Amino acid sequence: MVIYGVALLAGCMLVGAFIGQLIGVMIGIDANVGGVGISMLLLILVAAKGQASGRLDPISQKGITFWSAIYIPVVVAMAASQNAVAAVRGGAAAVVAGVLAVVVSCALVPVLSRIGGEPSPPLPDPPSEQGS
Amino acid sequence: MTTIIDLMAGVMSRYGLITAFAIVGITVWVSYQLSARFTKRKLHGSAIAIMLGLLAAYFGGVVTGGSRGVADLEVLAGIGLMGGGMLRDFAIIATAFGVNTKELKRAGTSGIVSLFVGVFVSFAIGAGVAYAFGYTDAVSMTTIGAGAATYIVGPVTGAAIGASSDVMALSIAAGLIKSMLVMAGTPFVAPLIGLNNPRSAMIYGGLMGTTSGVAGGLAATDERLVPYGAMTATFYTGLGALLGPSVIFVVIRAIMG
Repeated sequence: MVIYGVALLAGCMLVGAFIGQLIGVMIGIDANVGGVGISMLLLILVAAKGQASGRLDPISQKGITFWSAIYIPVVVAMAASQNAVAAVRGGAAAVVAGVLAVVVSCALVPVLSRIGGEPSPPLPDPPSEQGS
Repeated sequence: MTTIIDLMAGVMSRYGLITAFAIVGITVWVSYQLSARFTKRKLHGSAIAIMLGLLAAYFGGVVTGGSRGVADLEVLAGIGLMGGGMLRDFAIIATAFGVNTKELKRAGTSGIVSLFVGVFVSFAIGAGVAYAFGYTDAVSMTTIGAGAATYIVGPVTGAAIGASSDVMALSIAAGLIKSMLVMAGTPFVAPLIGLNNPRSAMIYGGLMGTTSGVAGGLAATDERLVPYGAMTATFYTGLGALLGPSVIFVVIRAIMG
């Protein structure tokens, strides 16, 4: 059933968010620390187990892959609800700080990519542009 | 005539989330058409869609004077729900389904290193820029540095160390600029910095840290990279909020005397 996949995804998110909040409380900040990342790791582990045991059948998996595929539209909606006016009106100091932080961080990507062995090969070309 | 429009507007606001699905769907379709006709698909349809979204957010903000882009227009309020934190995080987590765990382990160390480097570098740059613009006290420098990390670290840090509200606003603006620049600019810098494999995506997420920026930017570049970048980026804000008001503030205060 499709709902099993959706429920599994929801469960991972709730547990991850709980752990993230717990870490936040433990280190004394009122924020969710890495909750999404923890949820992602949980989903990877649980889904792999489920697939191996056959409990997470292809139909249940659709409950997860749907949300994965709806990700880009969600991001478009996110972009459309940003506070773009505040960003533009922040003034020169805000623009310079934001832009410089991005430029320097970008320049560091190739440097850090060399840590831990040879650079990874690029992903193969996708089969079709519009995807799933 | 007005009653027909009123009726339409009424339906659209009552079914807000459904309206968002329809409008975003049309936007994505138009973007893929533009991508195919005018850029020979060199610029991803999703990249165009995200840029259209940001543009719309700007006009929405100008028209309404609100802070949530087009979502402050009553008929488009559903866009705010669709693009809000809950559904966004739900969809991001779903992208982890099917990631290559071998790649994840291989890139683990460089991902963690990139997180720390990213946080410290952003704070240093933000604090330096603050100094150059005449904010020479440690509290303002740290708060603006925190904004250069992310627009959430900014106010969290500023509140913790007692920054003034104009410095706080400046810090949030710096974070917003960063986030939107990453969203719109990632596909253009990707070929220059080797952003085409899971490992560099994890490093990119760790260095940039803005979850919304990285999530949007990688989606516009190659959506298969999203889970790797998002994985590290989601730890960044927590790390920044932890280090900013503590270690980094103490260091900046020591330097500034």
